[in-house]
Amino acid sequence: MLPHLQLKRSRTWHIGPLLAALLALGGCGAPSDPSSETSKQTAVKLDPTKLAADQTLVRGGGSEPETLDPHKISGTPESAILRDLMETLVIASADGGVRPGVAESWETTDNQHYFFKIRESAKWSNGDPVTAEDFVYSWQRILDPKTASKYAWYLAAGKVKNAQDIVDGKQPPENLGVEAVDANTFKVSLEAPVPYFVSMLVHASTSPVHKGTVEQYGDQWTRVGNFVGNGAFRLTEWVVNERIEYVKNEHYWDADNVKLEKVRSLPIASPNAELKRYEAGEIDFTFEVPIEHINRLRKERADEVRTAPYIGTYYYEFNTTQPPFNDSRVRRALAYAIDREIMANKVMGRGEKPSFHLTPGIVTGFDAPATSWSQKTQAERVAKAKELLAEAGYNAQNPLKFSVLYNTNDNHKKVAVAITAMWKQTLGHVDVTLENQEWKTYLDTRANTDFDIARAGWIGDYNEPSTMLKLLLTDGGSNYSKYSNPKYDELFAKSAKELDLNKRAEYYAQAEEILAEDMPIAPIYQYVTQHMVKRHVGGYAPDPLDNYYSKDMWIIEH
Amino acid sequence: MLSTTANKEAVENFSEQLEVKGRSLWDDARRRFFNNRAALTSLVILGFITLFVFAGPMLSQFAFDEVDWGAMHAAPSVASGHFFGTDSLGRDLFVRTAMGGRISLMVGVMGALVAVLIGTLYGATAGFVGGRTDRVMMRTLEILYSFPFMFFVILLVTFFGRNILLIFIAIGAVSWLDMARIVRGQTLSIKGKEFVEAATVYGVSKWAMITRHIVPNVLGIVAVYATLLVPQMILFESFLSFLGLGVQEPMTSWGSLLNEGAQTMEIALWQLIVPAVFMVTTLFCFNFIGDGLRDALDPKDR
Amino acid sequence: MLRFIAKRVLEAIPTLFILITVSFFLMRFAPGNPFSAEIAMTPEVMANIEAKYGFDKPVHEQYFSYLGGLLQGDLGPSFKYKDFTVNELVAQAFPVSLKIGLLAFIVAVTFGVTFGTIAALRQNTWLDYTIMTGAMAGVVIPSFVLAPLLVLIFAIGLDWLPAGGWHNGATPYVVLPVIGMSLYYIASISRIMRGSMIEVLNANFIRTAKSKGLSTPYIIVRHALRPAILPVLSYLGPALVGIITGSVVIETIFGLPGIGQLFVNGALNRDYSMVLGLTILVGALTITFNAIVDILYAVVDPKIRYA
Repeated sequence: MLPHLQLKRSRTWHIGPLLAALLALGGCGAPSDPSSETSKQTAVKLDPTKLAADQTLVRGGGSEPETLDPHKISGTPESAILRDLMETLVIASADGGVRPGVAESWETTDNQHYFFKIRESAKWSNGDPVTAEDFVYSWQRILDPKTASKYAWYLAAGKVKNAQDIVDGKQPPENLGVEAVDANTFKVSLEAPVPYFVSMLVHASTSPVHKGTVEQYGDQWTRVGNFVGNGAFRLTEWVVNERIEYVKNEHYWDADNVKLEKVRSLPIASPNAELKRYEAGEIDFTFEVPIEHINRLRKERADEVRTAPYIGTYYYEFNTTQPPFNDSRVRRALAYAIDREIMANKVMGRGEKPSFHLTPGIVTGFDAPATSWSQKTQAERVAKAKELLAEAGYNAQNPLKFSVLYNTNDNHKKVAVAITAMWKQTLGHVDVTLENQEWKTYLDTRANTDFDIARAGWIGDYNEPSTMLKLLLTDGGSNYSKYSNPKYDELFAKSAKELDLNKRAEYYAQAEEILAEDMPIAPIYQYVTQHMVKRHVGGYAPDPLDNYYSKDMWIIEH
Repeated sequence: MLSTTANKEAVENFSEQLEVKGRSLWDDARRRFFNNRAALTSLVILGFITLFVFAGPMLSQFAFDEVDWGAMHAAPSVASGHFFGTDSLGRDLFVRTAMGGRISLMVGVMGALVAVLIGTLYGATAGFVGGRTDRVMMRTLEILYSFPFMFFVILLVTFFGRNILLIFIAIGAVSWLDMARIVRGQTLSIKGKEFVEAATVYGVSKWAMITRHIVPNVLGIVAVYATLLVPQMILFESFLSFLGLGVQEPMTSWGSLLNEGAQTMEIALWQLIVPAVFMVTTLFCFNFIGDGLRDALDPKDR
Repeated sequence: MLRFIAKRVLEAIPTLFILITVSFFLMRFAPGNPFSAEIAMTPEVMANIEAKYGFDKPVHEQYFSYLGGLLQGDLGPSFKYKDFTVNELVAQAFPVSLKIGLLAFIVAVTFGVTFGTIAALRQNTWLDYTIMTGAMAGVVIPSFVLAPLLVLIFAIGLDWLPAGGWHNGATPYVVLPVIGMSLYYIASISRIMRGSMIEVLNANFIRTAKSKGLSTPYIIVRHALRPAILPVLSYLGPALVGIITGSVVIETIFGLPGIGQLFVNGALNRDYSMVLGLTILVGALTITFNAIVDILYAVVDPKIRYA
């Protein structure tokens, strides 16, 4: 390889002066060199306790939400808005745990029957009280086949009594194991003890909906004017593909402590376009940060780049049903040969962490096991990989031939190019082709197991290892590797029954060790969430699932 | 049956050639084309670009798919050997621009050719024959024009997999639509001219009318529009990549390079400028060559 | 004239019908469906969703029920944006694209025709070369390069204009998108105009007019402009459809709630009803504009007649 040090001494073209010249061409003496502006800003110290007169937060919203009906959502852009418009029984707190939401307290003695005490001061945005009945209605609604919710499986995964049967149409929704003991006591009965059940309830799909409104307006109840929520804000404007606006809900039980008067969410699907609007001062809080710009932003706007670990793993899944990847040696060889330090730090570089297991280390109740391969150096892993590949019968005469599938996206492309280059450089006898497909075609190809290796990622729904590990169960719906190991399934089943936190963590660690041996997927890095947050935005404190609430934020005088 | 048709065609071709020679139209055109300095210079530059595209990779110490973690987003420099800098994975842009030019030049030329051949004949036929034929042909064009093309591409990928031939089919399918409308418009106007009426009186067949009299008279606008199509088709190819049909990484094309460059213009302007300069230069050349050809073939100037 | 229009309207019906039918069935062959997602749904959940939107019925039945709705002006529900119908979404987005598009169109035609004519009149002078260099660059530089460049210079660098947003079409929010949208068309129109103007200027009747000693501006306006603009007209018919139905690139970069985004997202998400609705819109506009162009042919060149 090249001696890279030379680069520094070589003649290089600098973009800075070029761009400055370009700008100077447009207008002489324009007082707006972006870099000097930032340094000026940095110099001025903001007092976070002083509130600005205009309490309006403008947020990047990712893509346009598919719906604002909490029982029909499936993606993050929808959840980010619904966290402000609706309030779940419990809400996430920055430490990764939960804090009271519309339920002021809850109790359980057996982890199977839960009693939630709903605040007497809790009100809908039209002034009606929020009652236990509302939750009974709402939870029945999300499971009702007529609602056709994509997240209907969620309460079933939480083992709420009869939930699965209701989704399958075998029982009517009325048979769901929920009950309004009195107006303010909501009782949930599970089929078996689920110790982490409460932590599952931060998900927006468990939000209540206002029965009268839903019944009166049907599918149109989410419109501006119709919408009734119990969150800290109420919907006032919705222009598809341009903006969603909501203002403080005066009926909210904690309205006195809500500082923001208005939140505007702009659905900008392109992170580059979003960043430009942020830099033009039109957005206070971005949905994401484009990876190619992160180094520049760290230099120019260091204290505005906010990075936090995320419960999610980026991985490559092997098609275990056919050669060459029905051989675990081949799978391990390819997994070993990926240099995760480079992937996390150079290729992505937002703060991602190299990942050697499916479950991210930050998940509560998970102790990452010291698997054999995670402890080696990269050079050792590569040596082992070569050995395994030779053992499996691949050499110069018989190169390993396969393709890598990914959905069209610049980041996925970059990762795929980097990884295949690594394989070629370190393993030698591999013949890889890359294949990109647009999203729906890619989903279809994966669902039909019509690939060799596919790019994949999994984001947890709640903060507990099962949210990740259930992925690779033999009958796991998203187990596109078609991986199946009875020992793994058994361990998972045992962990689900185990009430002792330490023992459960041990089962999870053992499950991960099985995965390290079988390697149905090659974990690559642990996700991070990253936002550009203006210095005048106070109170941004995400949990490891990037749950943040506008009611905690405010605009600092600036 | 087949052989008789073939024979007939051969005879026809031959007689055409004879006729052409007799009138020395092509000799005349060639002479005039080579007297056009701008066109000739463009031809030479285009020759150099073609040469670069095919031989360029050999001039560099880097391979087109060679990633370099130590030289990501490296600026152009003679000392490092990255004459055009590197991309986000440290791959050499000099080599990648050359490699990308192969598919882009092919796609551009091919799109223009299809447009010229199919579009011109379709438009001239519709315009000249007129009446019911014209209406059916034009309505068909409107259907093709309005059809959600993305689905056509997605279906191509689904049923035929990934294949370089499919890129050309997809490009060919769209490139000629506008050309056909433009040529038809011109044909309608030419149809009313005296020389066409005169030829009709002489009893010249419809096909001969179209190919001998109509088409040569619309070549001016055809040449202009064909050059406009070249960059469009080059960019269109990168859109096909988005749907999974275009060239596949680690291979590249000018359209893809431009696309990547557009996202990093604040931090690595060369990633945008290099492919852009190549595309603009190429288009200039096509433009002057188009003009030269038009002037050379213009029947009015004889 | 009236007969011509009546004929065109009658022809439009089978044309649209074929377009709808072909599009409807071809779309269904594409892999995936509006509801497929990364989180695999159990067959029961999938069945529930399909039942809700009528996907459990045979395709031909869905087709006829779609046609039935269409006859009543109902384009159906959007499968992607579940809280809205296609009619509502199009009604919200079309005015946006129309405003940007018409402005861009006016700008493009004004500048394109002017530049093209000037270049032709000053053929092979520095003015010609300057204009054509600009036109070449305008044709080559795609909107995905131009639009961010405009934002970088005028919104971030100079801070003269907003970087994006619609705000009900307030003037500052419209300027950059219109520039971004029209530059390509200015460039291509001036290129076409120049070519055809040069041909017309070489024609005998112009030479005759010149030899009569008429002034150049008079010749251009009275004699040359009409025949020269003919190919521009042919180009503009379909181009105008493209301009007023929006550009997904421009809309994404400037955050405009227009048709372009709906169309591309509709196709990528297999939002069949959305794509069909917009295909019908595009089809109807194409047919209309082409008919108008055909009428205009007769206006600029009286020799063109229709049987």
